Parts: sequence; C-alpha cells; structure tokens
Amino acid sequence: MSALLETKGLTAHYGDFQALFGVDIRLERGETVAIIGANGAGKTTLMRSLSGVLSNDPDMIHNDGAAVGALGADTIMKRGIAMVPEGRKLFPSLSVEENLIIGGQHKGGRDMGDRIDGLIARITGGDDPSALTGHHDGTGYWTLDTIYELFPILRERRNNPGTALSGGQQQMVAIGRALMSNPDVLLCDEISLGLAPVVIKDIYAALPKIKESGASVIVVEQDIGQALKVADRVYCMMEGRVTLTGRPEEISRDAIHEAYFGAAA
Amino acid sequence: MTPYAVSTRTPASSVALTLGIALVVVLYVAPLFASRGLIQDLFFILTMLTLAQFWNLLAGYGGLVSVGQQAFVGIGAYALFGGVILGAMDPVAAILLSGVAALVLAIPTAFFAFRLQGAYFAIGTWVIAEVARLSIAQWKALGGGTGTSLPREAMREMMLTDWIGTVFDVRASAARDILAYWLALTLAVATIAGIYWLLRTKRGLALAAVRDNMEAAKSVGVDASRMKWVVFLTSAFGTGVAGGVIYLQKARISPDAAFSVTDWTAYVIFIVVIGGIGTIEGPILGVLAFFLLQSLLSDYGSWYLMILGLIGIVVMLFAPRGLWGLISDRTGLQLFPIRRRLTGGKIED
Amino acid sequence: MIWVDTLVQGILLGGLYALFAAGLSLVFGIMRLVNLAHGDLIVLGAYLILVVVSATGMNPIFAAAVAAPVMFAIGWTLQKVVLNRTLGEDILPPLLVTFGLSIVLQNALLEGFSADSQRIGFGALETASVPLGPVTVGVLPLMTFGTAVLTILVLNQIFYRTAIGRAFRATSDDATTASLMGIRPARVFATATGLAMVVVTIAALYLGTRANFDPSIGPARLIYAFEAVIIGGLGSLWGTLAGGIIIGVAQTLGAAINPEWQILAGHLAFLIVLLVRPRGLFPRGKD
Repeated sequence: MSALLETKGLTAHYGDFQALFGVDIRLERGETVAIIGANGAGKTTLMRSLSGVLSNDPDMIHNDGAAVGALGADTIMKRGIAMVPEGRKLFPSLSVEENLIIGGQHKGGRDMGDRIDGLIARITGGDDPSALTGHHDGTGYWTLDTIYELFPILRERRNNPGTALSGGQQQMVAIGRALMSNPDVLLCDEISLGLAPVVIKDIYAALPKIKESGASVIVVEQDIGQALKVADRVYCMMEGRVTLTGRPEEISRDAIHEAYFGAAA
Repeated sequence: MTPYAVSTRTPASSVALTLGIALVVVLYVAPLFASRGLIQDLFFILTMLTLAQFWNLLAGYGGLVSVGQQAFVGIGAYALFGGVILGAMDPVAAILLSGVAALVLAIPTAFFAFRLQGAYFAIGTWVIAEVARLSIAQWKALGGGTGTSLPREAMREMMLTDWIGTVFDVRASAARDILAYWLALTLAVATIAGIYWLLRTKRGLALAAVRDNMEAAKSVGVDASRMKWVVFLTSAFGTGVAGGVIYLQKARISPDAAFSVTDWTAYVIFIVVIGGIGTIEGPILGVLAFFLLQSLLSDYGSWYLMILGLIGIVVMLFAPRGLWGLISDRTGLQLFPIRRRLTGGKIED
Repeated sequence: MIWVDTLVQGILLGGLYALFAAGLSLVFGIMRLVNLAHGDLIVLGAYLILVVVSATGMNPIFAAAVAAPVMFAIGWTLQKVVLNRTLGEDILPPLLVTFGLSIVLQNALLEGFSADSQRIGFGALETASVPLGPVTVGVLPLMTFGTAVLTILVLNQIFYRTAIGRAFRATSDDATTASLMGIRPARVFATATGLAMVVVTIAALYLGTRANFDPSIGPARLIYAFEAVIIGGLGSLWGTLAGGIIIGVAQTLGAAINPEWQILAGHLAFLIVLLVRPRGLFPRGKD
C-alpha cells in the first residue's frame, strides 16, 4: 500500500551546495508528522521540495503512488498538497478575505489554461504538465465560513489588508488560506516561529479540527516540546539527513539531543 | 615556490596587446594602400564601434540602459555645424565643441533621467532625445527641420586636408575622407584604451560591483550614484565627439538624421548585444558582425531590419552574453582582462 | 473662448493617450515589464482593424471586436513564448527583447502595408460634432474620452473584483507563493498581456479612425503613453488618465501657439512634472 506522501532518497542542491542527502520520510493517511532539527538541518528545503517550489527527480517524491517529484508547485497544490510557507507570506495587495479566497480559487480539476497546455503538449509531443492533476476536486469541509469559525478573529478583520494583522493573526490567515483548497496534505513550515507562547497555543488548538476535516499534516517545528505533543511520529534532521525517527513516546530526550546536535555535543 | 602576485594580465591579453598595436599601426597607414571605398567602410565601422563602446559602458557596466544616445550624437553633430557655420571655426577644431555640447546636454538629462528607474530610465532618455530633436528643428540658423550643409569654404580650408592631398596624391574630397578616417580611428583607439583604463581603476572595479549588486556595493562604501554620473557623462562626451566626427564626414545634417533612434541607438544596441554586453571584446566582434550583415542584407530594406531585430531577440534569449560570451566560454580567452587574478604558486582547494 | 475650446480639445485628446497608456500601465503593474513595442502593437492593432474593415466592410467598432480576440491571442502567445523568458532581476533582457520586437514589428508592417498613410473610415462620425456648453466638440474625440473612462472603470473592476484580478495582484506581490495557491505565474502573465492587448485594440480603433497612421508612428505613441503613466504615478489607472489629460492639454496649448510646438510642449509638460513630482501625481505605496 502506497503512502499518502513519501520521499525516497530525496536530495536537493542550491547551486553547488547540497542541502539534502537522501532523505526518506513517509506520511500515512490521517497522520500528523513532525520534523524537527536545528537551523540549517534542511527542514525548509524538505518542505520546499514537497510543495514543488524546488524541483527534484520525479521518483524522489511519491503521492498516492504517483511520482510527483518534478511537478511544479501549482500542480502539487492541485493534487491536494497545500503549504503554509515559512514567514506566512500573505499577499500584501489582498485583504484578509481575499487572501483566504485565493487559497481555494485554483484548487483542482483542469481549467482552461490546463487544456490549452495539454493541447500544446499533444501537438509538440511533450508531456502534458497537467496530466497529473484532476483527481483532487478541492471540495470538502473548508469554506470561508468554516475558516471563520475556526479563527473567529479573521471574520472581524476580513476587510483589512493581510499585512495589517498581528503575527499570530497573519499565521491564522496563512493556515486558513492553505485549508481553503481542502487539502489531503497540509504542510506547515515553522508556524510558531516568532510568535508568543499563548499565540502558539491558540494556533495549535486548531490542529484537531484540521485533522478531523480529513487532512494529514506535516509540521516543521523548532519547538521540540510542541512537536512531540502534536505528532504521531517525529523525524529529526541534522545536516541534510534524517538522524532519528520514532513515535514521541518511544524516543528519549537523550536520543533527540544526540540526533539534534550530533553525537559529540 | 614562486611568490604570489596580483595581476590582470593573461597570456592571451599580452598577445592581444601586441597584435592590437600592430593592427592600429596598419590601420593608420591604411590610406597608403586602401581604396576610398574601403576607407569609408572602415570609417563607418570605427565610428559605430566607438558608439557601441560607450553604450556598452553605460548599459553593460553602468546598468544604465539608455535608448536616448541619439541625443548626444545629434547635439554633438549640431554643435560642430554651429561652430563652423556661426562661429567660423575650423571643422576639426569644432569637434571639441561636439563633446562639450554633449556634456552640457548630459547634465540636465541625467538630472531628469536618474529620477526614473530601470526601464523608465530608458524611455526617459528617449523623451529627452526627442525634446533635443524638436528643439534643434526650431533653430532656423542651422536649417530648422530640413537641415543644412557645411559651407564649401570651410571644408576646403579644413586643417590637414591640403597636406593629405599632397602626400597621398588624392583629390580634396578623398583627402577629407582620409582625415575623417584618422579622426575616427584615433577616437576609437582612445575610447577602447580609455574605457579599459577606467574599468581597471579602483573606480572601475566599483562599477562592476555596483552592476553586480547595488546593495552589496553600497554596504562596502561604493558611492553608486556618483558612479552613475561619471559613467553617464563620460558616455555622453564620447558619443558627442563621435557624432561630430560622423557629421564632419557626412558634411550634411538634418534633425531627423542626426537624432535618429534607429541609426544611433538601435544599431548600436544590436552591435553590443550580438557581440556580448559587458565586455570590451563584445562590441568589437559585434560591429564586424553588424557590418557583415549590412553588406549582405542592406539591399533588402525592411527585411534587413526585421532580420536584425530577430537576431537581436534570439541572441538575447538564448545567448545573452553574445558571440564573445560563446567564444570565451569555450576557450576561456580574455583579451581585455579586468578581473584581478592571483598568479604564481598554486591554489589548493 | 478659444482657450476654453483648446482646453476641452486637449482634455479629450488626453483620453486617447490614456487609452495608449492603460495597457502599458497594466503590464508594468503586474510584472514590472516595460514593453518598448507597446506603441507598435497599437499600430499593429490599427492595421488589423483596417484589414477587417476593408475585407468585410463592417463598422470599425465591430471590426475592433473581431480584432480584439486575435490581439489577445497574440499578446498571450508573445508573453508565454518570449517575454516570460526575459523576466527576472536583470532589466536588460526584457528591454532589449521588446526593443528588438519594436523594430521587427515596424518593418514587418512596412513590408506588409507600405509606408503610405492609412485611415480607418468611420463614415459620418469622422466629422460629426456636438455642442458642449460654450464649445463644439467632435463626436469621435468625445467617444474616445468616454471609452477611456469606461476602459479604466472596467479594468479596475477586473483588478479588484474578480478571481483573475486577485491572481494578478497575488502574482505581482509574490510569484512563488502564488504558485503555492495553484496559480501558474507564467500563465497569469500571459493572460495579463492578452488583456493589455485587448486594451491596445481599443486604443488602435481610435488611433486609426481619428487620424492617419503608418508603420513608423508606434514609438511616438509609446512615448506619450509612457509620459501619461509616469505623470499619473505608477500603478494608478486614474492617475494615468490624469497624465494623459496633462499631455493632451499641453499639446493642444502648444499647437495653439505654434503648430510646430505641439509635441515639444507635451514633452516639456512631462519634464516639468518629473521635476516637481518625481513619483507622479498619484503615486501608490511601493515602487
């Protein structure tokens, strides 16, 4: 049985610099997986690869059995893998509500542009870049209304520019924006970074509801305690490699410490 | 072990220098054996090369993409005509006036155009060139919109023409071509040497830093806006002098021709782009390619220009560093090395 | 009274320049691309309308409606196949490629249609006029101005009220994050240029019906459009209309004093505004 999302020997380079050295991770349907590690361990590179921002060999990433490593971010998203990017990255020209709407605006199926691209591909004999989209229709629990139920403050601030909000509220918009496509997989990159503990608690309080809606989740966290609390399984990364895997209850503090900082630390 | 030394010289550049000096000497004595037609062709090549080097200094090194260089060709040319017709100057001496006039126009131009960024800078310079063209067309003493010619007496009495006529045993019109050719050759050599010198000075290195990364250059204390002024004014002066030399040879001027965006900017951009922008070698190669294309295709009129435009687009898309980029990638050749290299010893990694 | 008349004619002329500028402004706003072939594309549009009119004898407005989808397709393909490759940090490639395109278009039109002046016939409309308060104005200039206002209204609606408008703004803000939303930036840019070409077609209709045109007049139209955009302030379409009006009024005032000063007066007005308000009259936050 193929996993919902899986990497097989994933490598990544920025020019001459190699950031990932054969990473294998696996996300099963219904799971929450946390990825922890120090700065520069390759966590964000992994997320950028999974979301299609970085292009890889097709076979390095599999989604529901399909080799998706070479697909672009837009196609990955239409397959039902949505990302909450590091730093939130709200669109400053869009209001809060527009930021949410745009997350669900292009969520699935083949649109006019896809058909034109497919036609061009057939004429020129190339690969149809949209052939792998379409199975995910983007409908489900999440709508503007359910997002506003999850984060009521956003309803009040719906007409503000996204960037006029506090950090925590911006993070809520970023999560809501990703949920609007009703993804099968939600990738959350450093969602607690730079936020006050009480705000972090509010944001993580949304996680059960998100899981209930049918999404499986990968969170990248620097806060190990937080990660161990929410995750079904944890991967610890160091210098571009996975150094520890396990269920939170199975792994000891010492093992994490060693996987995090290296044996000699 | 040999001690390390910092040098910009490469073996190829030493050979190039020797060959270059030999070539320049041959070019100076060319009127002894070359036909008048060849001298005219060489004049065209040398003046276009000068314009291309200055545009390349602006766009390729200074990051200032101007499509208004025709302003300086035109104003330089008109200053020469003004000096001769209104000031009774010797045409050769009036060339200096060309450079000064271009410099004077360049100051307000820069003042306006530097308020615009990137692409808007480009069109801003174009607007100013249009203003210059339309204003000059109002100057009735220099023929207004229809233009004028250099007076015959001034041309006859121009310095050196008698001497050239005697030495080479040619008629006065051919002697004027030779004189113009020597002026163009001197200008082109001085331009290349001057730009090469400028780029190798501390200031020139700063220029490369500004082009590569404005923010980083600022953070190490390079005064970017001052560099922009230096480059812009230098280019304007040189372009103005070239304009004077070109119209000294043509001896007939009109605002539409002297301020032509096609002749003095589009062709020049084409030369730099196909040759290789941001190198001194590029425009040299580019002007030869341009001349070749023009000799082959100019009978086809608009098809010729269409082909030039298409070649420019294709080169920009698929070989953005031009012909010289292709050559130096393959061979590592550098005839005008600017980068300082560590020589002696061995660099281990 | 003659000055009021001149002023009104200038304002109406400004509508034409705003139409020239709207497409330029749209494309710059979304992808920071200045298309130096913009003026030549307007001329191309005028020839396209002319061809449709001469082939079918239909009203130029309907001919423009036929030409618009063709121009959309040309813009879409141009962006997708050529211009998208030039986008990036370096400003040289888009400038030089569109400059090359300008040369290619001018000479292709010259080859196809010769250097002779052409005009799209608009029947009685060409000379019709109506009294407007104390002055009499041509119906065609009035239509031009009305169309400019309408075009800007519609463009603003598209920009701020529709899904594609949201995608335009989001992609303009941050193309990478937009792609995480399922947006394909290359395609959004192609659509934007296609839309700009529809606006270009509208501009071409009035360019071709109000006066003679020939293949060489594109660059001057680009310059007027550019001046209107800068005067108005980058990114503001209503500002662009104001910029067009300033250029139009300056030109008609200049021409009233001395016909040879028409174009020069427009350029000088632009330089004066640039001197006093370097960021234009209605600048928006960034850039």
